[in-house]
Amino acid sequence: MTASSIALPRPPKARQTSRLPWGSPTIYVVAVVVIALMLAPLAYIIIGGFRTNSQITADPSALPAPWVFTNYADVLASTTFWGQVLNSTVAAVVTTVGVVALGLMASYVLARYRFRARGVLYALFAAGLMFPMTVAITPLYIMVRNLGLMNSLGGIILPQIAFALPTTIIILVPFLRAIPDEIEEAAAIDGCSRLGFFWRMVVPLALPGVITVGILAFIASWNGYILPLFILNNEAAFTLPLGVQAFASQYSVDTAKVLAFTSLSMIPALVFFSVFERRIVGGLTGAVKG
Amino acid sequence: MNVRTNSPVAGRVEADDVTAGGGSPSPAAGRVAATSPRDRRRPRRDPRKAIEIAVLVGPALLVFLAFVIFPVVMAGYYGFFRWKGFGPPTDFVGLQNYVTIFQDPTFHEALSHNAIIVVMSLVLQGPAALLLALLLNRPMRGQSAIRVLIFAPYVIAEVVVGTGWSLMLQSQGALNGLLEKVGLGAFTQDWLADPAIAMGTLLVILTWKYIGFAVILFLAGLQGIPQELTEAAQIDGASYWQIQRRITLPLLGPTLRIWAFLSIIGALQLFDLVYIIWGQYVASTAGTSTMATYMVANGRNAGNYGYGNAVAVVLFLISLVVALVYQRFVLRRDTAGALTERTER
Repeated sequence: MTASSIALPRPPKARQTSRLPWGSPTIYVVAVVVIALMLAPLAYIIIGGFRTNSQITADPSALPAPWVFTNYADVLASTTFWGQVLNSTVAAVVTTVGVVALGLMASYVLARYRFRARGVLYALFAAGLMFPMTVAITPLYIMVRNLGLMNSLGGIILPQIAFALPTTIIILVPFLRAIPDEIEEAAAIDGCSRLGFFWRMVVPLALPGVITVGILAFIASWNGYILPLFILNNEAAFTLPLGVQAFASQYSVDTAKVLAFTSLSMIPALVFFSVFERRIVGGLTGAVKG
Repeated sequence: MNVRTNSPVAGRVEADDVTAGGGSPSPAAGRVAATSPRDRRRPRRDPRKAIEIAVLVGPALLVFLAFVIFPVVMAGYYGFFRWKGFGPPTDFVGLQNYVTIFQDPTFHEALSHNAIIVVMSLVLQGPAALLLALLLNRPMRGQSAIRVLIFAPYVIAEVVVGTGWSLMLQSQGALNGLLEKVGLGAFTQDWLADPAIAMGTLLVILTWKYIGFAVILFLAGLQGIPQELTEAAQIDGASYWQIQRRITLPLLGPTLRIWAFLSIIGALQLFDLVYIIWGQYVASTAGTSTMATYMVANGRNAGNYGYGNAVAVVLFLISLVVALVYQRFVLRRDTAGALTERTER
């Protein structure tokens, strides 16, 4: 929507901005200060990875002099790191696909079918927001153990899907409900069944919402900590967060390498988010207003 | 987002469903009484539709019941046992676990830390996030880049944040080094281990990490406020701050209240950052332990699964009570609108 507002000529808007008592230099000063505060810790992590341990010991807050690339090279050359990247990717992708598929199907019914239990079902899923993973983690761990899923990615994927469903459904239902009935009627007249309508019309039309929930599920899985902490005890099954922690305690004296490992592990979520940032805001707008 | 504005069009004749499904105090009685008017308006029974509903909702419902509801219920069950986690629990101790929890001063401390975090998160993040959102909602160059940068901490894993901050805040770390360098050596602290400061440090880290989420929500809310209102007020000679105070803020109310709700619940159940930065033992001595870290430390890490589950139940009940009170007294206006929306149309 920002794109469209930029494209349109808007003389009144420009006048309005210039008339506002808050001159734009102030905005930029504030923005720069805020960004500096937000970025400083990240910069510390990323830049610290380019230093040596002796540099860090001598002066913990200086810039690299000279810049060394061995820390990053070492991490990128280690099979442990890539194994954990693979585990995190598999867990996040499967979780995302699962959440989107199950959430979309359930939301479609909750949004567009009329049946007796609908209100109860929606309330049940919505109540799931009240059950965060922290509360359920101990019995969840026991249950996953009884299912024989310890140390397997399946053991974290299934609970992650389940715990992402409430948010997904709450965001998607308004989207699906907003699809005008006329479209469904037109599709029905053209001989489209309700399920055909789901595949041909609902899925494409709900795409903004789907992308939002998909990203949220992906990032939640990628960053997930407490569940892998309980379920994955075997280094080979570690996801990146556990890997970072294990690495940090294993190489606690090698601060530079820990920083390199840490900054490499945050890249995927950051890239993912920057690409889709506008979509997330858009999707949440629908949800907040709904 | 424009899709949503179509909703009145899509608001179909479905008033009966919601009230019949959730609202009726005694469903059975309500059903009998409501049979005739509802049957008139409902389409005839359609087995094909029932199958479609089952197929579409079934998988989600199954996964949800199995991995969310069932474990929570089991937590309530296990909480009555002294149980080391192997074999079925047999040593039934009744409410003993709960008595122990409420007599444990360590738990009281954790609870008070949670209370501080709840209040201070609202106080620190709310106003700052609101200002930032107002700022970012104004047309300016590089807006998109600024947004991404402000949200960056929010999308970064707690482990990364925790590891980075704890290295930075060590007594020989970068922050103290920087303070020495700019001549503020007197202000160097043991940021993480000193019980007098640790809570403050945690609050700063929490603000840094989660303010992006508040900003993202507020921005989404701001974009839903029709520009005509602001323009009309401007024509009437209202100043920028008057407009924000009289128009934007009230219209942003629902978003603010929802954010506060999510923030409170998140603060009550805070675990990751504390556990990562302060580890499992230091948290209580540094004065940053929370109910959740207490649960993990005294439950799983101590091998007392029954006890850990009892703590989980306490944590859940506290969150539930807070949530219900909040919904009853603060969110009532918003949810009342949401629940009766379709009946009113």
